[in-house]
Amino acid sequence: MNRTYELMFIVRPDMADEDLDKLISNLEHTVGAASGAVKKVDRMGKRRLAYMVHKFREGIYILMVIEGVGSVIHELERRLRVTEQVIKFLTVRVDEEQKRLDKIKKLRDSRQKRSAMPTPSVSVEESPATGETPAAGVPATA
Amino acid sequence: MAEESRVEAATERPSRPAGDGPRPGGDRPRYGSGPGGGRGPGGPPREGGRKFFRRKKVCKFCTEKIADINYKDYRLLGQFVAESGKIVPRRLTGVCSPHQHRLATAIKQARNIALLPFAGRVQ
Repeated sequence: MNRTYELMFIVRPDMADEDLDKLISNLEHTVGAASGAVKKVDRMGKRRLAYMVHKFREGIYILMVIEGVGSVIHELERRLRVTEQVIKFLTVRVDEEQKRLDKIKKLRDSRQKRSAMPTPSVSVEESPATGETPAAGVPATA
Repeated sequence: MAEESRVEAATERPSRPAGDGPRPGGDRPRYGSGPGGGRGPGGPPREGGRKFFRRKKVCKFCTEKIADINYKDYRLLGQFVAESGKIVPRRLTGVCSPHQHRLATAIKQARNIALLPFAGRVQ
């Protein structure tokens, strides 16, 4: 019953590396203390922001994938709100989406395997989307 | 030709004869097709759907089988955003309805995390 969340936050660009590491390890401890698990931490580096946030035009993006219950995220967000260096954050719940993507992937893989088999009868059955005429106008010019 | 004397929008160029299937009076944009240009004469440029059929645009996500529309890939999302930053309607891009919903959600998420602007040009 654990949910998977993606938490992306932006840190001010003039933050030092070791402060950033301290911040991230703090967050990881928080997650651990609330009996969650950090699956992945991805430092996406400094990027230009699409609009000014707290008078900054650039920011360091960090992505964390976390597994846990909702209260873990609640606590994390509370901390992020209080931290001055964090200028923006966004949490997205991804377990349902991941389930859907896995199902599609499985479906596609099983279809591929069927068409890779040497039986001629199923060769046309590839995928329904491309079966129909894609663009209904290969129009005869009047 | 005699057809021109029918009640159509006055600015229409000579068009195909009437036995052409369901076609509105000509001043409402049709869902699924934009300004004409597929068949026949070029049609009035850049006007909302007149009688001219646009070659049916296909959904990019359906044809390329992109299942994952994420807020993180701002380059893909940026293709569906206008110069002003607005989300482009699906009658212009040809995206199918469920994909348009996911696309809109992803664009709004990307806007919130400053990957796409709310207004203004996409960098």
